[in-house]
Amino acid sequence: MATTAPHTPRGSARGSAPGSSSTPGALTGLVPRLLEICGDDGVLTDLSQRRVYESDGLTYHRSTPGVVVMPTSTEQVAAVVRLCAEHGVPYVPRGAGTGLSAGALPHAEGVLLVTSRMRRIIEIDLDNECAVVEPGVANLDITRAAGPHGYYYAPDPSSQQVCSVGGNVAENSGGAHCLKYGFTVNHVRGLEIVTPAGEVVELGGKAPGAHGYDLIGAFVGSEGTLGVATRITVSLTRSPQKTVTLLSAFTSLDAGGEAVSAIISAGVLPSAIEMMDALAIEAAERAVACDYPEGAAAVLVVELDGPAEEVDAQLERVTALCADAGSFETRAASGAEERALIWKGRKSAFAAVGRISPAYIVQDGVVPRTALGEVLGRIAALSAESGVRVANVFHAGDGNLHPLVLFDDAEPGAGERAEAVSGAILDLCIEHGGSITGEHGVGVDKACKMPRMYDDASLETFDLFRRAFDPAGIANPEKLLPTPRLCGERPGVRTGVHPLVESGEAEQF
Amino acid sequence: MRQDLDVEGCALREGAPGDAVCGVVPTRVAVPTDTDSLAGVMAAAHRRGLSVTVRGAGTALDWGRPPRSLDLLVDVSALSWIDHNAGDLVVEVGAGTPVAELYAALAAAGQRLSYDPVRAGGTVGGALATGVSGPRRLLSGALRDLVIGMTVVRADGVVARSGGRVVKNVAGYDLAKLHTGGFGTLGVIASVAFRLHPLPESLRVVSARVSSRSRAEQALAALRGTTVVPSAVELDWPAEGAGRLDVVLEGTPDGLDARVEAAARALAPRGRDGDPAVAEELPEGWGLLPAEGTVALVTAPPAESVAAAAWVGELSGAVDAAAHVRGSASTGSLSVSFPPGTSSERVGLVVDGVRSAGGHPLVLLRAEPHIRAAGIDPWGEVPGLELMRAVKDSFDPGHRLSPGRFAGGI
Repeated sequence: MATTAPHTPRGSARGSAPGSSSTPGALTGLVPRLLEICGDDGVLTDLSQRRVYESDGLTYHRSTPGVVVMPTSTEQVAAVVRLCAEHGVPYVPRGAGTGLSAGALPHAEGVLLVTSRMRRIIEIDLDNECAVVEPGVANLDITRAAGPHGYYYAPDPSSQQVCSVGGNVAENSGGAHCLKYGFTVNHVRGLEIVTPAGEVVELGGKAPGAHGYDLIGAFVGSEGTLGVATRITVSLTRSPQKTVTLLSAFTSLDAGGEAVSAIISAGVLPSAIEMMDALAIEAAERAVACDYPEGAAAVLVVELDGPAEEVDAQLERVTALCADAGSFETRAASGAEERALIWKGRKSAFAAVGRISPAYIVQDGVVPRTALGEVLGRIAALSAESGVRVANVFHAGDGNLHPLVLFDDAEPGAGERAEAVSGAILDLCIEHGGSITGEHGVGVDKACKMPRMYDDASLETFDLFRRAFDPAGIANPEKLLPTPRLCGERPGVRTGVHPLVESGEAEQF
Repeated sequence: MRQDLDVEGCALREGAPGDAVCGVVPTRVAVPTDTDSLAGVMAAAHRRGLSVTVRGAGTALDWGRPPRSLDLLVDVSALSWIDHNAGDLVVEVGAGTPVAELYAALAAAGQRLSYDPVRAGGTVGGALATGVSGPRRLLSGALRDLVIGMTVVRADGVVARSGGRVVKNVAGYDLAKLHTGGFGTLGVIASVAFRLHPLPESLRVVSARVSSRSRAEQALAALRGTTVVPSAVELDWPAEGAGRLDVVLEGTPDGLDARVEAAARALAPRGRDGDPAVAEELPEGWGLLPAEGTVALVTAPPAESVAAAAWVGELSGAVDAAAHVRGSASTGSLSVSFPPGTSSERVGLVVDGVRSAGGHPLVLLRAEPHIRAAGIDPWGEVPGLELMRAVKDSFDPGHRLSPGRFAGGI
């Protein structure tokens, strides 16, 4: 699954110098040792094979890895990392390559460590309500394994069919339902990690709340800069007795936003509240004919789950609150198929936008929920002033915006104008006390934006922590924190549709 | 001598016996009034190479190990303020804010921090630094899971922030995780932002007597088979007599009836231990650890909670240690409390038995002076200790923040 080749973008891409078909010089000496460790089928040196891994889900950033290794065990990972440490060679961990911040962007002079062959579900332990898995296991495969027993794995990033649990740990992945159930970090009980020195360390286990510093909590979301998780113990969640999905349509974005505030302040905690604006709805209608209410300027998708009686009580309240906020139509579905129909429009929105626009930038920013209305208004104004179209599809319940900034990359200067709008949207998030990333991570893409959110002292403190794990600076360098070499690059532009989305294997939220 | 620590907005005084941390009296006590003066006094202590321990309300000064050295006790109780944004279900508070004050302010707005304190009278900063969460961690997670941002003053007096004031944010390392439960050994918590939850309309406690280990295990397995979504499942395993399970359910009045019924059925399928009782309020002293005596915290895989409690009971019974086990059966987080004055031999036998034969990690949260004097290791073996040392060396290279108070002598 990690072998899906990214398509070539029409726009310019940065990357390693073309022409060399063999492994970069500094690494040549390591290859025989890597072959010994990972076996003939576990090392890729051929340029065409290495190129397959030149980007993750954010295809604008590209760099051909010096060498690719695909270990099958903790021992192999540790041996590879030890070798890197010995020679001061950087390494970049990669799961399924679905990340959207170029966190798995390879290092041209380094080793790309791909965990896709470590994909055993080691144990489903129902008595302890947990699963023990290898990092390459696909997120949804845990739920597939636990589902028949009445359990599921709660974090559900939109790429969950293909994205790896190891990648989820690195990025602290959320998903539409993290409003109620939290992020990856809230579900990891134990980690076996290989440190940047190549040592294997066990943290926690089936018992939640290991003593000492909460290294698990700090490791989750560290974007591969503190080591590689080689075995992960995650909590399983009891499948709810009842789940209802509502679709509520509004004649204005403001009214939809009002409904969100009303629901939250009424003390209802839905598992998800998603919102789409008119442009996103239009794109989704064209793509998948989702049959959302005609004339809607905004729709909310609200999901309620839990004990049946509680869900029924909440359903009544949410329906009333939507009506009070000016909804002209609310549909509720409790059957799996009917619910999927409501979700279809929402889930297809990103790919759909790719069809109405030759290129787009997807932004991931967060604002306090109470600032949603104002920020959406400012985004609309930005769009009107600049003539750049912006479609809004987002996790409204927690203020996580995903504006899609549309442009035609064949038109000179359009990309720059779109970038300016995308950057201005992020500025709005910061201005309103929000965050530059709610779930996609910092990676390479937003490393240079970090100083907008944190002062120098805070950034230096992050670096102090990083150096505690990785004094030599070989673990996914040039990611997460700004460096002079890095900052000066342009922000990421997406052209067309990501190949995994195109092939229907993943959705982008 | 005094002038060197003079910082605007920060009172200074000589240490007194009442300021002792695990019996160690500080030379001086500083009382900063805000983050700036806290940073100022920390920077001054850094320049002078002073060892520093932090206190809030002082409810956990007898927890952990004594500091090896204590030149300066920094009392952050004046950093008490509440900035509640009800619409966003977010609150930011100063570290010295009393937990009870925070709860009262939130309740007035129909909200709560979904954390049950384990000590009465403590501050938010103290709750974070000690990091032990009470029963309702089952539903909303432990205290660490509710933190969305933190401002910390480093050992060198530099103010650093991580996270923010929004519930969803993955920018930068989540350093608050390290400070939560870090006993002030990595920095001084100045303020924190929490995510909040709406106060549930109604609450029920379904309680059942469990006369044996197997009855308790059956009841818990049956409960796991339901979809009642409890907020807490507390096991009470006293030294003498039958145990008890308390299941807390929260929700709407209408929705609760069926859940209460299902939980009651699970707890007492055949009524051998009598019918479960249903209360509409939490029992007195809910979640609080005893205010005196030696207290340990054991973590076990959830399915082994009852076995672990019963094993403590056996160990304790054999030496007449009268250990009382309570805790979250569904998360495997159990406290073991000994009556004040229990001898170090008795405590030592139980501690060793839990760690070795039981195979469960055990930490002594509070060890009475005679227990400390007997040399029982309060932390035991902590996996990942080398990484923890590396983190400590990075943040506090001079080892001046509560030296020796944490695991492995950190």
